[in-house]
Amino acid sequence: MYHARRSTVSGIALVLVTAAALICIIGCGKKKETEVRQGPGVGMTAGVVLSVGGLGDKSFNDLAHAGLMKAAKDLGIRPVYGQPEQMAEDEKYLRDYAEQGFDLIVGVGFLMKTAVEEVAGEFPESRFAIIDCIVEEPNVASLVFREHEGSFLVGALASMKTRTGKVGFVGGMDSPLIHRFEVGYTEGAKYVNPDTDVFIAYVGSHTGAFHDPVRGKSLAISQFDRGAEVVFHAAGSSGNGVIDAAAERGLYAIGVDANQNYVAPGSVLTSMIKRVDVAVFRTIEEVVHGRFKGGLREFGLADDGVGYALDEHNRDVITPEMLARVEELKRKIVSGEIRVTDYYDTIAPDES
Amino acid sequence: MKDLSIRRIVRELGQALLPLALALAVGAVIILAIGENPLTVFGLMLRGSFGSLRRLSGTLQEASPMIFTGVSVALAFRAGLFNIGAEGQLLIGGFAAAWAGFALTGLPGPLHVVFCVVAAAAAGLVWGLIPGILKARLGVHEVINTIMLNYVALSLTNFLVGHPYFKEPGQIPQTRDIAASSVLPRFEFLYAHAKVNAGLWVALAVMVAVGYLLARTRYGFEIKAVGYNPEASEAAGISKSRVIWTTMGLSGAIAGLAGAEQVLGVFRCFVSPFPFGYGFVGIAVALLARNNPLAVLPAALIFGALTSGAQEVDVHSGTPREITVVLQGIFVLFIACEFVLRRKRRVGETEGGPKAGGKGREEEGRGEDG
Repeated sequence: MYHARRSTVSGIALVLVTAAALICIIGCGKKKETEVRQGPGVGMTAGVVLSVGGLGDKSFNDLAHAGLMKAAKDLGIRPVYGQPEQMAEDEKYLRDYAEQGFDLIVGVGFLMKTAVEEVAGEFPESRFAIIDCIVEEPNVASLVFREHEGSFLVGALASMKTRTGKVGFVGGMDSPLIHRFEVGYTEGAKYVNPDTDVFIAYVGSHTGAFHDPVRGKSLAISQFDRGAEVVFHAAGSSGNGVIDAAAERGLYAIGVDANQNYVAPGSVLTSMIKRVDVAVFRTIEEVVHGRFKGGLREFGLADDGVGYALDEHNRDVITPEMLARVEELKRKIVSGEIRVTDYYDTIAPDES
Repeated sequence: MKDLSIRRIVRELGQALLPLALALAVGAVIILAIGENPLTVFGLMLRGSFGSLRRLSGTLQEASPMIFTGVSVALAFRAGLFNIGAEGQLLIGGFAAAWAGFALTGLPGPLHVVFCVVAAAAAGLVWGLIPGILKARLGVHEVINTIMLNYVALSLTNFLVGHPYFKEPGQIPQTRDIAASSVLPRFEFLYAHAKVNAGLWVALAVMVAVGYLLARTRYGFEIKAVGYNPEASEAAGISKSRVIWTTMGLSGAIAGLAGAEQVLGVFRCFVSPFPFGYGFVGIAVALLARNNPLAVLPAALIFGALTSGAQEVDVHSGTPREITVVLQGIFVLFIACEFVLRRKRRVGETEGGPKAGGKGREEEGRGEDG
């Protein structure tokens, strides 16, 4: 009995291994065809290390990925991206890319700051870019967005839309970056109507706060209960809960980062878009054309790096008057007539 | 006798590697199904885990916490306890180490490190004692409590890390950096930017100590006795409840040390999200090691290599890295199957004839009945 069972197991193993080996040999013959690429960037490689959460977030990571893929299509570079499972792995990915001699290595998100700092110092000849924070190394381009400007505009729209004089804000992780959204939003709302009440809530103080739609929803519901008719979220996928709540109540949410108007057409007033894709694409383009320089690169209203989204999903909820007004505000911000407070300016530099 | 033990080792090794081979075979089929070449993928995994000193240091870095959690889970298993809470004990231990690391200053180097390590063990101890005492006194199942305490630990540390007293100013949710005197030296001799650190030595020391405890001490005998048959040991004068709560406490303390290794050696602060999964992998490691503390080392190395190799696959091939997670899952599944087979076989054996050397059998009785 002992032997019988043993031989059964080895038998199964043998069959499996043989089968695998056979298919292997057959499989080896089938080489994957490499896409034919065209453009000035042929022969170059750009690597993007995505942030924890990875692809499929319909927001930050997906946008960075879209920028990379656009560069592959338009410029002909070879796109490579990695999805670390843990923060401790960020550095390993970056280093691996640098060792392979990639022409540009992009770290997505401020959680990657320490890792980019370390690896960029280690490979001074390689070119790096980081999104959403500043790394002071000569070979790192820091791609940051003037979130406060875009938030100002959606705050103004929120204030124009609400009939109660009350609007809400749900932030993800209570951190300086999200406060930047909050401060701009509040200013925009109060610019339109100084008496606007802005309710503010944060999901939490840890990164998990960006992945908690249930809590996002309950925070939004409590703001709706208190009379808010528009709630802006800057909360990653927690914001899906905010949009959900708005759809249930027949009120409005404002999306963030990507254009989220389609998520619940008619219930998303607009989205504060942050063109991470554009930033990634332009940086790759600079590398391809030999114009890459380290240092701070800001994307704001003026160059459409941030803005509000208008498409077929929300055209009915934004009236022509609102549109005219917000366009005027946009012009004033771009011309410098309106100066939106940057939360970073109000805190010590090492905290941003 | 010697010959016998060599044969035994070979057999044990074969039985440990069989699930791996089977998992690779099934994995190969899956990889083929998505249109990649399994040989390339396996080659990448091998290279990613041992291909250079940098990669080797990455494998050791992954294996270090797994040794702690593996030993922690194995120890509890031997007393018949299923500690699924290593994850939470690790978090709490890590946080305690970070706190001791930045709050205590002016201590001389080695003393500070010892202090932080003790703090981590103490915190893990408390986190293990809670389910231990609940089980010992009230009979509340430890599985439920350890699972739930994982969430408590996660939320608690997430909350504390954002508190102004602990938080380093800035975007990233992390505690203040620990003092230089509390840093565990990294293996820079191996690779300039290695993150694997002296915590590995601590892990090995703990592993050997637990091995000794189980094999050579009275307390260890009591643990195993309770693991085999709680009622019989109670009748023989061993306090079942004392063994249960002390073992859970000890198991928690060891898992807490894994957190210290991460904080004092790898990150030098407590960072959120803190590495997750080491506690759960610890269960698989203990299973593969058949709850033998000394076998935890090779088992942790295998899982460390799988984790480390996964990244290489992600970077260098079109295969999604989830495939290696699938591989790990199948691996664990086969270990578990093999486990059941083995147990059945043992029953058949004891029924069929005299045991070969009762004493030897007793010593290698890896407590899998627990």
